[in-house]
Amino acid sequence: MSNVVEVRNLRVDAKSDSGRTVEIIRDVSFDIAEGEIVALIGESGSGKTTIALTLMGYTRPGCRIVGGNVTLTGQEISNLPERKRARKRGTEVSYVPQSAAASFNPAHKIMDQVIEVTKIHRLMPIDEARRKAVELFKALALPEPDTIGDRYPHQVSGGQLQRLSAAMALIGDPKLVIFDEPTTALDVTTQIEVLRAFKSVMKKGAIAGVYVSHDLAVVAQIADRIIVLRNGEIQEVGRTQDILQRPQHPYTRELLEAFEPAPHARVADRRDEPEMPLLAVKDIVAGYGKVDEGGNPSVKVINKVSFELHRGKNLGIIGESGCGKSTLARVIAGILPAAQGEVLLEGKPLDRDLRKRSRNDLRALQIVFQSADTALNPAKSIADILARPLTFYHGMSGQRREARIDQLLDMVHLPRSLRHRRPTELSGGQKQRINLARALAADAKLILCDEITSALDTVVAAAILELLKELQRELSLSYLFISHDLSTVKAICDEVAVMYAGEKIEQLSPDIMGSEAGHPYSRLLFSSVPKLDTGWLDSLEQDPRVLQAYSRR
Amino acid sequence: MNSPILNLVAERIVVAVVTLLFVAFTIFFATEMLPGDVAEILLGQAATPEAVAGLRAAMNLDQPAFLRFIYWIGNLFTGDLGVSYVNKMPISDLIGGRLVNSLKLASVTAAISVPIALTLGITAAILRGTFYDRIVSIFTIAVISVPEFMVATLSVIVFAVYLGWLPALSMANEVTSIGGLLKVFAMPVITLSFVISAQMIRMTRAAVLETLSTAYVEMALLKGASRRRMVLRHALPNALGPIVNAVALSLSYLLGGVIIVETIFNYPGIAKLMLDAVSTRDLPLIQSCAMIFCLGYLLLITIADLVAIVSNPRLQ
Amino acid sequence: MTTSLSLSNTQKARPRRFGYRISVVGAVSFLIIAAWALVAVFAPYIAPHPVGDIVDFDFFGPMSAQFPLGTDYLGRDMLSRILLGARYTVGISLAAVCLACFCGVTLGMAAAVIGGWFDRVLSRMLDALTSIPSKILALVIVAAVGTSIPILIVTLAVIYTPGCYRFARALAVNINTMDYVTVARARGEGLGYLIRSEILPGIIGPVLADFGLRFVFIVLLLSSMSFLGLGVQPPFADWGALVKENIGGLSFAAPAVVFPSIAIATLTISVNLLIDNLPQKIRDRSEQ
Repeated sequence: MSNVVEVRNLRVDAKSDSGRTVEIIRDVSFDIAEGEIVALIGESGSGKTTIALTLMGYTRPGCRIVGGNVTLTGQEISNLPERKRARKRGTEVSYVPQSAAASFNPAHKIMDQVIEVTKIHRLMPIDEARRKAVELFKALALPEPDTIGDRYPHQVSGGQLQRLSAAMALIGDPKLVIFDEPTTALDVTTQIEVLRAFKSVMKKGAIAGVYVSHDLAVVAQIADRIIVLRNGEIQEVGRTQDILQRPQHPYTRELLEAFEPAPHARVADRRDEPEMPLLAVKDIVAGYGKVDEGGNPSVKVINKVSFELHRGKNLGIIGESGCGKSTLARVIAGILPAAQGEVLLEGKPLDRDLRKRSRNDLRALQIVFQSADTALNPAKSIADILARPLTFYHGMSGQRREARIDQLLDMVHLPRSLRHRRPTELSGGQKQRINLARALAADAKLILCDEITSALDTVVAAAILELLKELQRELSLSYLFISHDLSTVKAICDEVAVMYAGEKIEQLSPDIMGSEAGHPYSRLLFSSVPKLDTGWLDSLEQDPRVLQAYSRR
Repeated sequence: MNSPILNLVAERIVVAVVTLLFVAFTIFFATEMLPGDVAEILLGQAATPEAVAGLRAAMNLDQPAFLRFIYWIGNLFTGDLGVSYVNKMPISDLIGGRLVNSLKLASVTAAISVPIALTLGITAAILRGTFYDRIVSIFTIAVISVPEFMVATLSVIVFAVYLGWLPALSMANEVTSIGGLLKVFAMPVITLSFVISAQMIRMTRAAVLETLSTAYVEMALLKGASRRRMVLRHALPNALGPIVNAVALSLSYLLGGVIIVETIFNYPGIAKLMLDAVSTRDLPLIQSCAMIFCLGYLLLITIADLVAIVSNPRLQ
Repeated sequence: MTTSLSLSNTQKARPRRFGYRISVVGAVSFLIIAAWALVAVFAPYIAPHPVGDIVDFDFFGPMSAQFPLGTDYLGRDMLSRILLGARYTVGISLAAVCLACFCGVTLGMAAAVIGGWFDRVLSRMLDALTSIPSKILALVIVAAVGTSIPILIVTLAVIYTPGCYRFARALAVNINTMDYVTVARARGEGLGYLIRSEILPGIIGPVLADFGLRFVFIVLLLSSMSFLGLGVQPPFADWGALVKENIGGLSFAAPAVVFPSIAIATLTISVNLLIDNLPQKIRDRSEQ
């Protein structure tokens, strides 16, 4: 069997902003056989997208192939002139981007963009191209395949756009399709649809594929082989089954372990008598725009949500994007004042607007955000960032404050020498630790964690979860843990509230987050989370009526 | 449900009208800050108190400033621009022919510089980083860094003094033939074209470069599209709004630029009229001229915004 | 995505603080600006002839050893007049740009942080002010209140405040959406702290670059006004007024018309080039 792709000793350099040249791909070699789907797995910075793009003879601005060769269908592509490379793109190798929403031109209709490849390369008459596109739309299970092409990109949903971009990639009958994290931006329930569609068209056409992803479970469903990358180097190559069950390289093992964090060891309820909850939220209604007389905002994001959280316990809030979970955190913190309902901290009602809350109430309730990059002021040193809450809440200064900063850095397991650094010089995981340290500096009783591990690589996220647990044991903290990722929530929470479209659907223990969970939406959500099992997608059965009722694709 | 386009268009027009009112207010009260009594100034030192009082009543000067503002606005809408303090002629007569002269100058300049500037701006963006791009960039940075009168004086030195092709001064009333017209217009138009082209080239180049760095242009490249197709089919339609905006802003610069150019070349346009009015402190004439300039600016900007709204496919 | 992230990884290794390269063009521009600043301060000591004195019997004299830049329409030494003119051009413009930027940036940050009605009304009013073309507004103000150096400074500042405001507000609005500002707000910090300590450090780089650009605009407008006879009044003269005085020499390209223009051009082009060659790090600090 001949190979569609042969990569030998590939090396790519990148020029950083300061003008330094850095090698980002080091001596990478692999093959892809006809009809075979190979996954490139790695964390951010591993070079997986860069490698995938070199297969099209393309490097992003600032990057350059400096060594080795890339052979596509028997022809060396890395030293072809630009025009000849362009002739291969779309016809022999094509690309499905991570964000279809950004990759569709807002100025043209979808159909024109899908069949553009046939126009550029003069492959077939327009009518035939349109017919073929509609066939592909049907094969990709898109709704209204005959007319969806007449719409503009902003008129269809993200999941549909992602499948439409697959149609765009397949229209020129390529030998190889590159999928660049095509489902990362989608919700889990949508991801299943899209993955299924991709898998079926690829198998039917026996097309070779490269699937770039950071998510082992997703890759397990679609790839024949997996290449594990780290810092631009191949760590391990193997058949999907082997990588999942018999990983050889320690880094692969680390990745697999991080995938399923140890479940939370829950503290048993020792007292039976009802205790005053640390945080109680009662019938919260919140949103944006003008609030009418009945207390309803013009755009309602949260509708009548209530829950209680007891001292030393953790409550998880899960749901898909747009369900209002992050808004809920902002309402509790008073950043977005609620329109109705009340928030009680240790039985004492808090003002809806944080500006009217007392400094002591503000101190007790701290919030930590998802993106560590934007949560730390790049103009300040770590010491300054940690010093401010100490001064602000506790009036500390001088030696005492410096000592406390060192102590806080110790608590989050960061070296004290970091205190003089600026946030941009820290890694993502280190930044998130500083974020936590800042909340700890306030001596908070309750920390609202808004997707704090979502932007981190799996291994780093697992370490942050461990830190959270450790801090909880030492400081008897409580967390309100907001996430879209079920395994993360499972790892840290005593109770989980499921949200959908601004409402709390139900609250349950994470142990029973599975088949017997009460509400059909919860079951749908839980069953949609990919598992590290190659047969999971094929054997998955979901109730089509529930899918219909709760899909907003 | 109403079309979102119509709503946006209506909103934009309302904003323009409100802005115009605010501008009128600012101009009116800025000129009202003039120390001294207008009636006394007009009648001179020998005026009797009765005559001053009579003129004050006739000019509504005895009424509160805000009321006078309302009268003034009302008169503007009915086309009554008032009477010049200096030569007692109706202002509409003074402005009429001068405005036409200025509009001629502006339209000839626009007709020449817009196509040239857009071509240069777009090609510089396509050929980014090349020698050609660098030359264009240096030229534009040099022109926008110097005052208009320097462009004008340099043109005179080059074309009139050294080359002797063109006369240094224009006199629109002497025009008898096409050749004469060309000679009269040449120097002012050359100067103004340089000044506004530089702005337009810079902004157009920036607008096209921005769309060229989007994900959908990269996608077009990965479909095998040629550079030409990437620019013409994928980048330009999306850069249209910013480009029209650049054109409008540059053309609005004409409004300020003509003051210098009309002065240097002694061109009988409205800007020269306004400048003369400033030196004689002829307030009604200054107010009227200023309002005309502001109206011109608002028209340009509003049209650009409307084009941007209509050309946005997300609103269709 | 991956590419950009891997790039940011490499940034860790680069030398800290002043590790960026300084371009030749930028360095030369900086030297020219510094030279003009020194001239503005020490003009009376370095001028070869007293400014007001008629030193040549010939008017519009050519360049010579005695009068390196020729003489003006009265026979005064052009070099001395240009050196003294630097005081007015640089001084007035600098004062105006400082005033404009101070007001504009303070209001802009306040509008971004406070938001709501305050922001909307202020933005609308200042936007409306920009729809009066700058030269027209200058004419109107001069017609109304006359001209003197303090009035010129305030006029120029008023004309360029809306632009500063808009620029600073746009940057501050971006910073304001950053989580670290939300964190500070959730901590209970007041308006003063938010503006001074969280917003300002993030926008200071681009604001300084904008300061330079606006300085150029102000130099150009001041020169134009003086050229029209509405700026600095005789017996004093800035560079624009020098061109106006000597415009009679235009038809024979006298040095007296050319050199003041060249003086303006060297200053403004240098400032523009310096800003263009600033390290990206300073210009786009807000995007990091």
